Amino acid sequence: MNLITAIFGFFMNLPELPMRWLQGKLAGGRLGWVFVGPNLAVFGLFTFLPIVIDIYYSITGGTELLPLDRPLVGLENFGSLLSCTNHLDPDSCTRDLFWHGIYNTLKFVAFQVGLMVVFSMLTAIVLNRKIAGRGFFRAAFFYPVLLSPVVVALIWKWILQREGVLNAGFMAVGANPVNWLLDANWAFFWSVFVSIWAHMGFYTLILLSGLQAIPSEINEASQMDATPPLRHFRRITLPLLMPSLLVVLVLGLIRAVQMFDEVYVLTGGGPGTATTFIVQYIYKTGFADQVRQYGLAAAASLLLASVLLVLTLLQLKGMRKNG
Amino acid sequence: MVKLLTATRGKNGWDWTDWAAHIYLVLGVVVMFGPVLWLGMSSLKSETGIQTFPPTLLPYEPSTIAIPGRGDLKAFTITAGEFAGKEMGELRRLGLQAQMIDPATPDTVRRIPVGDRTPIMRVRAAWENFTGLFTQFPFARYLWNSVFITVIATILTLLVNSMSAFALSKYKFTGRDTAFLIMLATLMIPPTIVLVPNYLIASQLGLTNSAWGVIWPAVATPTGVFMLRQYMLTLPDELIEAARMDNASEWRIYWRIVLPLSSPALAVLAIFSVMWRWNEFLWPMVVLSRSESFTLPLALNSFQGELTTQWNYLLAMTVVTLLPVSLIFLVLQKHITQGIASAGVK
Repeated sequence: MNLITAIFGFFMNLPELPMRWLQGKLAGGRLGWVFVGPNLAVFGLFTFLPIVIDIYYSITGGTELLPLDRPLVGLENFGSLLSCTNHLDPDSCTRDLFWHGIYNTLKFVAFQVGLMVVFSMLTAIVLNRKIAGRGFFRAAFFYPVLLSPVVVALIWKWILQREGVLNAGFMAVGANPVNWLLDANWAFFWSVFVSIWAHMGFYTLILLSGLQAIPSEINEASQMDATPPLRHFRRITLPLLMPSLLVVLVLGLIRAVQMFDEVYVLTGGGPGTATTFIVQYIYKTGFADQVRQYGLAAAASLLLASVLLVLTLLQLKGMRKNG
Repeated sequence: MVKLLTATRGKNGWDWTDWAAHIYLVLGVVVMFGPVLWLGMSSLKSETGIQTFPPTLLPYEPSTIAIPGRGDLKAFTITAGEFAGKEMGELRRLGLQAQMIDPATPDTVRRIPVGDRTPIMRVRAAWENFTGLFTQFPFARYLWNSVFITVIATILTLLVNSMSAFALSKYKFTGRDTAFLIMLATLMIPPTIVLVPNYLIASQLGLTNSAWGVIWPAVATPTGVFMLRQYMLTLPDELIEAARMDNASEWRIYWRIVLPLSSPALAVLAIFSVMWRWNEFLWPMVVLSRSESFTLPLALNSFQGELTTQWNYLLAMTVVTLLPVSLIFLVLQKHITQGIASAGVK
């Protein structure tokens, strides 16, 4: 341990002299930029520059990786992504998988975020009561949040496989076994279920801390007035919890729109296209297909980015409101 | 339902909302934690035990019986016929008949119809699933890749983010607010939408199939900067002024005064960083294509495609992957939950 501290100390002392020299050279507050520099450099190289390259990729075609080898095609990528004879029917679109991805993602977001907010709120309210072993229960609900998405998917794949424990339970009560992940509707159901299972604890915690921030005087006063429970919930708990609820809703939306990991490992996007979401389309088009269509993937990324931009602005607005 | 949501505990004993709340919690624990326990139990089953359907709770494997002069044979109980109730060892199986030996009469080989016997099972944890990971698969390699990426990336994340949080909270310089806004703006560009260009940049820098290709892109995190800056704002400026009086350099002030004082916030960020890195999946999958550079999640993903029949190894590997995170949670539960509640980040 002492050795680690010594090594660390040695490395942290190295910048001392150059920094001291810089300090003398840079007047006023410009030294601040030296400290901010590394962070901004990483952001510049791996976040801002990529967005520019993304835009360039989206207006070029071909399968070359190097931007300069790629022919300009204008808005062709966007055109091909967006062209459908009937936009409500993914199969009528040039890029049918993209549209399946969009509709699946929309459906997924609606169910997953909706149900997750309801269940995390219910859990938070139950956990906010005076209950023996509350710490244990809170930990149990939170635990899956820490698991790797791949681990989450494999845990459930093992349970849901044809000869898994769920089917054994079904057969024990006389029901027929189901091929959970090979039936389109069930596979979608389990994608929603597993992602709620994996992420719910995080949102429960935010709501719980929101609930605990409600002054106890308010609850006591309302109790003394014998406020009916329904009215107490609607007039007191809900309005005071609104800021936390908004955080939960926006963060949940941002994450759900980008859902990929768990579902990809659990179902591989199938059966067919039943659980193929938009990020999987990007990954597949850009990296997993035999022919890597970077331009299409970049164009789809930018369309996704525009949705995320709106959601993140909402999030930042919420952050500012909460200080 | 509504009453459950709002009612508080009755004065005398439990009312029905208490019952409902506890039933909800117990069911919740079963649903949230049961699957993980089931994974753990299953990972201890032998290759035969894991294929048993319906599955057993405990790990069983076929028992053996010692026959003098023949060694250990697979043990069966005879269920019908002349020898019903006896335990015998199987010498070999010939179609629908099996040659069995009664340990009491080791020299006589008896022919028993295979339908008239059931294997004797015994409880045994198949630890060889775990040791096999190291002897039969390049598991140590994946483990090392994951550990290396997690540790190095976390150190770099703490360093880079705390440096910029220090300047943003303790200095006044032209463009400071702009710099902070730029960092927050990166929240709008999540990694999923810059996969293609980041792959280009990583490959131009020669970072594909290298741990550094996984480490660098996510070293600067807007949440990390934000969290550390909020914390450093609460540190009194007098401390820094006093150090300047003593002619300490700005770098020294940063790493000898501000960093140690920020250790609670650094600890929270460190925990998050470890979780992010240990669990990261999509970007590593894009940038690492050769199996010797795989991290644990990538190895798991490729194994589940290839070895669907070898669930015993796959489950053991899953357990090893979730173990470190679980141990961290067990020890640091309070810090993690408080950190999330206060910062609202994951």
